[in-house]
Amino acid sequence: MKTFISFVRKEFLHILRDKTTLLIMFAMPIVMIILFSYAISTEVKNISVAVLDFSKDEQTNRIIEKFNQNKYFQIKQYLTTNKEIEVAFKEKKINLVMVFSENFAENMLHTHEASIQLLADGSEANSGAMYIGYAQGVLGSYLKEINSDAGATQSFQIQTNSTMLYNPQSKSEYNFVPGVIGMMLLLLNAMMSSIAIVREKERGTMELLLASPMPPIQIILSKTIPYLTLSSITLLLVLVFAHFVVGVPINGSVGLLLLLCLLYIFTALSMGLLISTVMQTQISAMLVSGMVLMLPTIMLSGMVFPIESMPNILQWLSCIVPARWFISALRKIMIQGVDITAVSTEFLILIGMVVLYLIIALKKFKIRLQ
Amino acid sequence: MMIETENICKSYGKIQAVKSWSISVKANEIYGLIGPDGAGKTTLFRLLTTVLLPDSGKGVVAGYDIVKDFRQIRKEIGYMPGRFSLYEDLTVKENLQFFATVFSTTIEENMHLIKDIYSQLEKFSSRKAGKLSGGMKQKLALCCALIHSPKVLFLDEPTTGVDVVSRREFWQMLKRLKQEGITIIVSTPYMDEAEMCDSIALVNQGEFLRIDTPNGIVSSFDKTLFSVKSNKMHQLLNDLKQYSNALSAFSFGESIHLKVNSPTIKQDLSSYLSDKGHSELEIQEIKPNIEDCFMAMTSM
Repeated sequence: MKTFISFVRKEFLHILRDKTTLLIMFAMPIVMIILFSYAISTEVKNISVAVLDFSKDEQTNRIIEKFNQNKYFQIKQYLTTNKEIEVAFKEKKINLVMVFSENFAENMLHTHEASIQLLADGSEANSGAMYIGYAQGVLGSYLKEINSDAGATQSFQIQTNSTMLYNPQSKSEYNFVPGVIGMMLLLLNAMMSSIAIVREKERGTMELLLASPMPPIQIILSKTIPYLTLSSITLLLVLVFAHFVVGVPINGSVGLLLLLCLLYIFTALSMGLLISTVMQTQISAMLVSGMVLMLPTIMLSGMVFPIESMPNILQWLSCIVPARWFISALRKIMIQGVDITAVSTEFLILIGMVVLYLIIALKKFKIRLQ
Repeated sequence: MMIETENICKSYGKIQAVKSWSISVKANEIYGLIGPDGAGKTTLFRLLTTVLLPDSGKGVVAGYDIVKDFRQIRKEIGYMPGRFSLYEDLTVKENLQFFATVFSTTIEENMHLIKDIYSQLEKFSSRKAGKLSGGMKQKLALCCALIHSPKVLFLDEPTTGVDVVSRREFWQMLKRLKQEGITIIVSTPYMDEAEMCDSIALVNQGEFLRIDTPNGIVSSFDKTLFSVKSNKMHQLLNDLKQYSNALSAFSFGESIHLKVNSPTIKQDLSSYLSDKGHSELEIQEIKPNIEDCFMAMTSM
């Protein structure tokens, strides 16, 4: 145990004295999140709205008035036919079109339910989703108002039917942030740990370690701990940023969220160590972990393209991408707010991957020089 | 015997680095493995320190088989590889501490072994190992190899790239370590260091030339050796190689050493060289040293 602690201490010293590693570990994720959130927040204000009102009654007028008062929305145009919608998007720089169905107020009164269609320009997926989200917020507060006016006996509902034009598989920034976190944690940790063992080979210190009674499992495990610690700090920063600056909700338990992230970091680290035991030079280890891991993580994790819409073979392939399971579980916990039973599959698969990677790494770890 | 090998072989692809070597090292002696680069010294060290597997042949270190009982051997030996292999971003003290804990011991426990060496390093104890001078690096590496009080110490070219004064000091240290009961096997390309060893093995290009004590090797030289100088040194080596009585000729410092069968041909040699146009001739019969023996075995 004492040997193990001393080894971990040595690994910490290596990292803390290597300014480049520190910079990558901390600066890269934060810059990514800042850039990302900044890109979104610039688009939020002054949403140009066009209204297509087939009902033109007291209720729809009140809703339109609500939007007019809101500082984020500007009603720019009143449309009369469906055909004008496309023109409005293409030429008038309209961000959002609100379509009230016929007999809106009447439906509201009799069935307590009416529907509004929200159309957004989906070519800019993130901002489109954000406009819809904001509009839904305004509608929600309007509903609250009329519901409290009407007392507890009645409860009105407005069905919003939102569609992203030009990008029907609408993706929101809520969905994107888990993706970014998933990619970042994987690449960061896998790349950092992939050079850990190779570096000892390159420096020649591996020869000394091999000629010592140090067991391979200790050499491998002791390399994960410093990275696990540093990544956890990075992770906390990123989560705080995602929640308070970008505004991603954390609806599930924070404990479960952190547990999931720790497990995922460990998965990434063991993957990096596996690469490290096989490779001979730091450059090749970096290239393998960077290039080989980056593409599947971006393409097959569901971060950019929804897994459900992939061809079967790719869906099947995506199962071996750890990020897929992590992002899926992260979305469920952060956005849907589910408990552990709903994400047990993801947890079990990630645990299985860690065990598998570590066992292979241990098997591949050469107890002698080549 | 502390170390024994029997026809041990190792090749890398087509290159045979170690061709069927059998050596035996007695407990508590300084054993020198002498030979130029590429002789197979480092490979033998790696085989004996269990970081390489032999292709064939047997080896025993401290009573353990180098293939079967590698875990036991790794506890008993201290190894200083030829290339500086400590953590350059850690300080002197941190390196020492780390290697002490790797062998589950402490610096204090075996301070008596390294005191003489470490005292010279102490004033740099918070300096990073990468910032030390060559001689200091060697001393630190030796300290790290000694920190767990090994039975056998493997030193692979410990004095390569170290200045003459430090080299002499280094050998003094090895003599002291021998008195502590440690068996030392050391490799070096410097023939003059061979005389410091109790036994030596001369090796060249994977071949085993001879094992003996340094005196044994020198006294086994049954020919005559002349040291020759003239005013035309460049031409001299060629002329001597073509000399009919020459067994071998090689340059040695400022003169050329010529191996012949008997001292009586000195007169003949002198007239042969005069005919070739050499003047200011200096021909002296000398006592051979290890290098002469090595060169005589390998050249011409």
